[in-house]
Amino acid sequence: MTLAFFGGVYNNYLALEAAILDARRRGAERMFCLGDLGAFGPHPDRVFPLLIDNGVECIQGNYDNSIGKDLNDCQCGYTDPRDNYFAQISYEYTYESTSEPNRRWMRDLPGELRFEIDGVRFLLCHGSPRKTNEFLWESTTSTQFLEKLAREYDADVILGTHTGIHWVRQWRAESGELNDGSAGGQGVFVNVGVLGRPENDGRTNVWYTLLRLGGGSEFGSRNGEVGVSRVEVEFVPLEYDHNRLAREMAEVGLPEEFIETIQTGWWTTCLEILPGKERRKGRF
Amino acid sequence: MPFGDTSPRVALTDLDELWFQVSGTLCNLECTHCFISCSPKNDAFGYLSLETVERRLEESRSLGVKEYYFTGGEPFLNREMVPILEKTLEYGPATVLTNGTVLKPEWLERLRAAEEASTYCLEFRVSIDGPTPEINDPIRGERTFERAMKGVALLVEYGFLPIITMTRTWDERDDGEILGDFRNVLAEHGYTRARLKVLPRLKIGAEAQRTCGYEPYERVTPEMMEDYDSSQLICSHSRIVTDRGVHVCPILIDSPDSLMGATLEESLTPYPLRHGACYTCYLYGAICTNPSAGARE
Repeated sequence: MTLAFFGGVYNNYLALEAAILDARRRGAERMFCLGDLGAFGPHPDRVFPLLIDNGVECIQGNYDNSIGKDLNDCQCGYTDPRDNYFAQISYEYTYESTSEPNRRWMRDLPGELRFEIDGVRFLLCHGSPRKTNEFLWESTTSTQFLEKLAREYDADVILGTHTGIHWVRQWRAESGELNDGSAGGQGVFVNVGVLGRPENDGRTNVWYTLLRLGGGSEFGSRNGEVGVSRVEVEFVPLEYDHNRLAREMAEVGLPEEFIETIQTGWWTTCLEILPGKERRKGRF
Repeated sequence: MPFGDTSPRVALTDLDELWFQVSGTLCNLECTHCFISCSPKNDAFGYLSLETVERRLEESRSLGVKEYYFTGGEPFLNREMVPILEKTLEYGPATVLTNGTVLKPEWLERLRAAEEASTYCLEFRVSIDGPTPEINDPIRGERTFERAMKGVALLVEYGFLPIITMTRTWDERDDGEILGDFRNVLAEHGYTRARLKVLPRLKIGAEAQRTCGYEPYERVTPEMMEDYDSSQLICSHSRIVTDRGVHVCPILIDSPDSLMGATLEESLTPYPLRHGACYTCYLYGAICTNPSAGARE
């Protein structure tokens, strides 16, 4: 079985459209979006028909919660004044350009989604299972922390987004047994990346995630030997018409800094939230 | 708790950050605002050995600790600091708070290699208390601005992007100007994408002598906790290891009641917010963690 996971869309309806087509072509049977539908890009209302008409199952990000509840800011969790300045420009544009029915639709989205396939327990969240806007960066998230989340939130595979950069960690507890006596002690965390903007690597593509489950998987089995190897994670680089997006961003008067990111693949804003290791990979 | 103490008690929700008072209260500098009065002679708290650190790192695994922080005094006075950080990077992300004046190229070469080999980030936070020697040196000591800037340049040379951490000894309304000046002066020293963090003053230790201590009314009351998100408070998500045991937070180690137990497991009980410094933590929130942890609100 193949599942597709889209991270923050950030109004990038062109990338979302391309991702849906690409995921279908690659055999995705179900598609999910992990929230933050708005921000950064142009024409927020163009995102919703794509999600709804294509049956993309969505959860609520901090952005969607803010817009749905008519809050004054995006709850992105930035700490730097410059980051917050640009976040506010983007938030106000998105809020004012999102129709009332779409705001209501976002307000009613669930904060998480759970399901089980072949005994594998999936938990879909936006930032982390415990906090919608928690930043789980690859370089600042210990494996024992992820294990604790999986244990406390009863999941084998946790998927999130929020940071804007994809990564995956698999673990297997040395003892194979958890403190509470249950079997397991293994799992996967996936940050699925985002469709909204490139990953600060000098490339203009964005990313989404495909997850494949082998038939008869023993993953998550309550007895005996279990293995995460049956869960295959593939990060998909996605090209889309970024020049058109940049043009439309300019037409609606979004900041030059945002447009530069779309055209160059380098982040120009929201930089202070990056850990050193991730920041070093960028230009600014 | 003393009879009649109505201080609100804060539960440890998750032990996300584990701190190590790795050089005790020993420091090559003697800053006039130091909240635990560190100096070359203050050995009230001593160095932590690699063995002690490793024991707590091992214990921290089952508690799901997310990040590790190292402070002092000056951590790099501890002769085992480099192996301690190398070992920590096997467990999780590490951040070291340094004054930047004693760093050696051979240490940074090893540490950069350790970070490259690790999944995790090694962050340096360099304390400099103003964008000029005129602001910084009266607090941190003669020529410390120049020496710390050399430390920053060395870190940048080895590929690190240090977070420059400053205690606000100016009016909060001047933050914008001070931060702008900082970015310019750091760029002049070759650090063109400076990361900056401003800390509020903590009016205890030497700082209580430099300016003034907390007034009796500067305390957290039960009423103040209504509708307050206690995840803002360090004690709801951190503990710190010293050579005496495990304390509630990095700010309060000088207070006898901050010692929670000998092990992490013994330190997980709630803590009453009875100190003036708790009031600062309450007002500003998340003052000790890195920006990459995001705002806690």
